[in-house]
Amino acid sequence: MSVSEKEIRYVANLARLQLTEEDVENLALDMNKILGYMDLLNELDTTEIEPLEHVIEMDSRLRKDEAKPTISHEEALKNAPDADSDYFRVPKVIE
Amino acid sequence: MTIQTIAEAKKKVLAGDVTLRELVEGYKSQIEAENEEVNAYVYLNFDSAFEQADAIQKKVEKGEAGALVGAIMGIKDVICERGKPVTCASNILDGFESVYDATVIERLHAEDAILIGRLNMDEFAMGSTNEYSRYGAAKNPHDTTKVTGGSSGGSAAAVAAGMANATLGSDTGGSIRQPASYCGVVGLKPTYGRVSRYGLVAFASSFDSIGPFGHSVEDVATVLQTIAGFDERDNTCSSVEKDDYVVAAQSPKKNIKIGVPEALFGEGLDVEINTGIKEILNKLEADGAELVPIELPHSKYALATYYILATAEASSNLARFDGIRYGHRADKDQMLDELKAEEEALKQAVKSAEGDDLVSLQQELTKLDAPLTRLYKKSRTEGFGVEVKRRIMLGTYVLSAGYYDAYYGKAQRVRRLIKEDFTNAFKNVDVIVTPTAPTTAFGIGEKQNDPVQMYLNDIYTISANLAGICGISLPAGTHSNGLPYGIQFMADSFQESKLLNAARLVELLG
Repeated sequence: MSVSEKEIRYVANLARLQLTEEDVENLALDMNKILGYMDLLNELDTTEIEPLEHVIEMDSRLRKDEAKPTISHEEALKNAPDADSDYFRVPKVIE
Repeated sequence: MTIQTIAEAKKKVLAGDVTLRELVEGYKSQIEAENEEVNAYVYLNFDSAFEQADAIQKKVEKGEAGALVGAIMGIKDVICERGKPVTCASNILDGFESVYDATVIERLHAEDAILIGRLNMDEFAMGSTNEYSRYGAAKNPHDTTKVTGGSSGGSAAAVAAGMANATLGSDTGGSIRQPASYCGVVGLKPTYGRVSRYGLVAFASSFDSIGPFGHSVEDVATVLQTIAGFDERDNTCSSVEKDDYVVAAQSPKKNIKIGVPEALFGEGLDVEINTGIKEILNKLEADGAELVPIELPHSKYALATYYILATAEASSNLARFDGIRYGHRADKDQMLDELKAEEEALKQAVKSAEGDDLVSLQQELTKLDAPLTRLYKKSRTEGFGVEVKRRIMLGTYVLSAGYYDAYYGKAQRVRRLIKEDFTNAFKNVDVIVTPTAPTTAFGIGEKQNDPVQMYLNDIYTISANLAGICGISLPAGTHSNGLPYGIQFMADSFQESKLLNAARLVELLG
């Protein structure tokens, strides 16, 4: 399989990244090289193999549904690039 | 500067031969002498270190000091410390300050470690050289024209240069063990789920582990003893009981069974490293260990499997960096101007277009980003570096409709085969031995143009992350080029004691 520049632009939109023409060209080269290497896996017949999702046995733990203090409102907003006293501010969404 | 272990420092502090303030002073002068060149620390706070020293000194005098008294530690810039900058060496977290402590940080403080600063790394832990950092490359203290390895390059270099007696790093595909090998220190990657990741900025959640670096096997055991164990704030953190790791490191058994995957000691491996490790194995055998030839038939698929799964997970985890709640946000007015100009240009083009061109231009116009979407895009594009973008793109691609089964689904199936290789091998052996990396540290800038070549540095370490098992790297010798190289042991899940035992036997060979 090889990735086209058109697919790269499509994926960049999904990933919320902006690419210059030069970025697109470089990524096409890199991604094709890396994906080409990944084709190695097609040597293996895995039709009878179950996908591995967890590497260790995990118990589903339940905890009581109690309200506990986490971080304060003030702290939650402390690192915001733009906020008023109550909310994160973003560009207008509804015209 | 003489290198001093935590164990030695602790003894002196408890005997009253040195105060913690004097100990911090010593590390401060060493850092002032070395850090500008080595570039391991990216943030230092000596005022806070002296405050911690004075407070702990009082506990020492009352006989109440914790297990890590005498530990002077740095923390990889991916683990949250309250009130300190946490950037993951990325511009997208410029100015970010954590509002809470990671569980491992709480536990280090509880046992009286002194934390003095934050350490360089590859951006978001993506890289094997520490060259992909907003702070520039960390440099190998043995030869500053060489890389430290990565991604925890700063953590390895700080210990190697005597700027800390232990540090924390994180290991997703080898990011603790490989730089430990390149810098000539001990580095341990615990079993997946052994150490809480609450407060670790996520890269690939089915792989990430936090672990220690140190000068000695006993020191990394002491740090592991402190940070390991159940944490209700991390759902992937295991409730399996901890062993006494320090005892395992202090009194090792000699009659252990060591699995040797012969196939991995061949093509691509530096000849001197190969010989050096074989010599160590012969000595261990002479001392009572049993060497058992084993096979890991799927190990050649590990790298490809890893880079599919890890980039997929990364693309999902890094979606949170959007410039809204924290970190870098693109300039809003500039963004709005840019959008307006694009809209105008398209409208103008529509006026003079005909036929198919007209249709496609009209489509482009309707698909033009909403301002909020464009703000996400610009913030992320400005904030992320080249390797992070490459991995986000790969990860998004392998997860996208039409490719999910061919890549992600396939890799998850191969991951099971790799895990089963290890499960089978550990039925007959206590530990498995390999080199940590195929070569010694290479030159800064040497492998930047070929991502596959760079990824190949992780060839020996990556399998442990795929299988979720534990691994350790410790110094095995010095190459004729003057640089150190490591030996790696791997043990089954939650068998860190076996790792430490084997590693201590190598250390005792001297």
